[in-house]
Amino acid sequence: MQEIYLDNSATTRPYDEVIELMARVMRTGYGNPSSNHAKGMEAEKIVREAREALARALGCRVEEIMFTSGGTESNNQAIKGAAYRHRRRGNHIITSAIEHPSVLNCCRRLEEEGFKVTYVPVDSEGYILVEELARALSAQTILVSLAHVNNEIGTIQPLDQIGPMIKKNNPQTLFHVDGAQALAKVPVELDRWQADLYSCSAHKIHGPKGVGALWIKANTMLQPLLEGGGQEGGLRSGTENVPGIAGFGLAVRRSVKLMQANNDLMYGLKERLLQGLQKAGVTVSVNGPPPRRSAPHLLNLCFPGIKADILLRALEQEGIYASAGSACHSRHPQPSHVLQATGLDEDMIAASLRFSFSGLNSVAEIDTVVKQIVKSVTELRQILP
Amino acid sequence: MESRKVYMDHGATTPLREEVLEAMMPFLREKFGNPSSIHAQGREARQAVDAAREVVAAALGAEPGEIFFTSGGTESNNIALRGTAALKPKSHFITSSIEHHAVLDVCKDLEEQGHRVTFLPVDSNALVDPRVLEEAMTPDTAMVSVMMANNEVGTIQPIGEMAALAREKGVLFHTDAVQAIGQIPVNVKELQVDFLSLSAHKFNGPKGIGALYVRKGVPLTPLYRGGGQERKLRPGTENVAGIVGLARALELAVQELPEKMSRLKHLRDTLIKGLLKIEDVILNGHPEQRLPGNVNVSFKYIEGESLLLSLDLQGVAASSGSACTSGSLDPSHVLMAMGLDHETAHGSLRLTLGRGNDEADVDYVLKILPPIVERLRNMSALYKKR
Repeated sequence: MQEIYLDNSATTRPYDEVIELMARVMRTGYGNPSSNHAKGMEAEKIVREAREALARALGCRVEEIMFTSGGTESNNQAIKGAAYRHRRRGNHIITSAIEHPSVLNCCRRLEEEGFKVTYVPVDSEGYILVEELARALSAQTILVSLAHVNNEIGTIQPLDQIGPMIKKNNPQTLFHVDGAQALAKVPVELDRWQADLYSCSAHKIHGPKGVGALWIKANTMLQPLLEGGGQEGGLRSGTENVPGIAGFGLAVRRSVKLMQANNDLMYGLKERLLQGLQKAGVTVSVNGPPPRRSAPHLLNLCFPGIKADILLRALEQEGIYASAGSACHSRHPQPSHVLQATGLDEDMIAASLRFSFSGLNSVAEIDTVVKQIVKSVTELRQILP
Repeated sequence: MESRKVYMDHGATTPLREEVLEAMMPFLREKFGNPSSIHAQGREARQAVDAAREVVAAALGAEPGEIFFTSGGTESNNIALRGTAALKPKSHFITSSIEHHAVLDVCKDLEEQGHRVTFLPVDSNALVDPRVLEEAMTPDTAMVSVMMANNEVGTIQPIGEMAALAREKGVLFHTDAVQAIGQIPVNVKELQVDFLSLSAHKFNGPKGIGALYVRKGVPLTPLYRGGGQERKLRPGTENVAGIVGLARALELAVQELPEKMSRLKHLRDTLIKGLLKIEDVILNGHPEQRLPGNVNVSFKYIEGESLLLSLDLQGVAASSGSACTSGSLDPSHVLMAMGLDHETAHGSLRLTLGRGNDEADVDYVLKILPPIVERLRNMSALYKKR
């Protein structure tokens, strides 16, 4: 059976070139970058080249890139690192109600430790209520942390509007952007956003799992979460994951180069999926902004009266993989906090599915998916009252 | 002279085994799912992670539920220490003065956070005296952390004995076994430790992956917050290929350990014997209780760094001090704690043997080293003045 993978927000298939490069580095470039000999210098050069690739993709300086073990670590390092380091300046943090658990749970932990956190609400399409954010800003605010693209409904936040507003209130307030779902899909404009920190993850852009990065604007001080050998400028100790970093470097180079073509393809696929269903008479609504306005790879659909997990299973029988809610909590199903925050009621949430695309998907796949959904939904509607 | 490539820096990192890469490849290629996804792709990844956990547990004498995957040895050490400290505010920690920086620097940070830390001294062979540990424990001691084997001089500590002393007093015991795994037998049930850190790239596994053993029922506060992965102790999408690679590497390392130990010991002792024939050379670390692959010697009157450079030019990869600190000019804190003077500490060379080394490697090093030492000494003012 042909498999159709539409869960690219959870993780993506690494590019063949990325796998080949990693295998080569694992075979021959096995040195420790800290070692003072040829094998170590070879490894150090591999890391440096990947760092340059990241810097080019983000439009920043090479020394501002810190490699981590992934998006979760990057977010933790940014948020906790900023909170602990700047605690004397204030104890207030602002985030939104629809962040990834690695941001929300970090903030909850900081609340337990005495920080005050404002969770700014969003509108029905998942856009942050900018006036609410403006009202929450105070002299005590040390950090604002927002995702550029939401991982469930694909809302792209107007960071060019939000960033300058934060800095106008207090230039010292740090602005952290979680770019895990945005990198290589939506342009990165760190200067325009007046951002200080940007998290990203390799496995969301056809790179390997277990590696990510945090951009730290020059002169931004963070408290390290890991102490040890002093790698990554003393901020992130631990022997570098050289093959993973190499794979990340190549993945970011390729995916940024292909961004326009992939985005055109994915916007087309989204539209084709939605219109295909509508033309077949399937009752369906879009969660989040209209498909053309949300991130290219995300389409969250609600099939009123249908149980999402049953539809998911029916699709899986046909080799079609999508998700309900995000992967991080789909093993312990709870209603999506993102859809809740957009004001969707429980029944609609339970009827919602997330389809997430990549440049590796094709029009033919989407046509198969449309056919299968139409078939499954028709069957399920007949069974269910 | 024939030129040869000799890698004798296995203490810094080891080459990945082909069998390990083969085990990893499917999880980079077609089985790329996120273990948290409920569909078949995700379930396949989840099963691989679960199977790897069982392999690791079996290799260490632990239960699968006691194994947590991390991004490496540094993170494992940080979680064990900080995760305990967060639960026991303003308490007392005991460690040794020869730990890896991933323990030592965390302990220094804990001091800044208001905890009290005792750094146990070592003898001239880098051994911690269990009696000194016993005396150092106080009613508010929360945790003891002593490494199983030292990364620079290879001295193996009596961890079982020390863990028993801690247990008697109800004190938690952590051991950093990063250098020990794959070199000597490690069994958590025999050692009776509460926490044990390991790192895959030190035993021919991949970089960027490690594990922490946490004895069942021992609470820990997570370092990172996020999704529910690794039972919330270590959130973040699992590095599936890395985890599979770690398990395969550990499985192989344990299977081949008896043979590897005797082979490395033989090479090590040949190397030590040959090196000690050079005048004004001393062996650093314990003569017997040392890792099968570790050789650390000091050449008087020369700088270890210049020695390294000359060796590198002749194809030999070695180290002076540990890799992480070899960028700095400070003498090794391990050698200083053993009572070496600055000059002798600066003249140290670490040669760490591993899977790929053979007699010919040892012969080559023993052949090229004496002339290098002689040449460097002839350039040294200290040598002329002696």
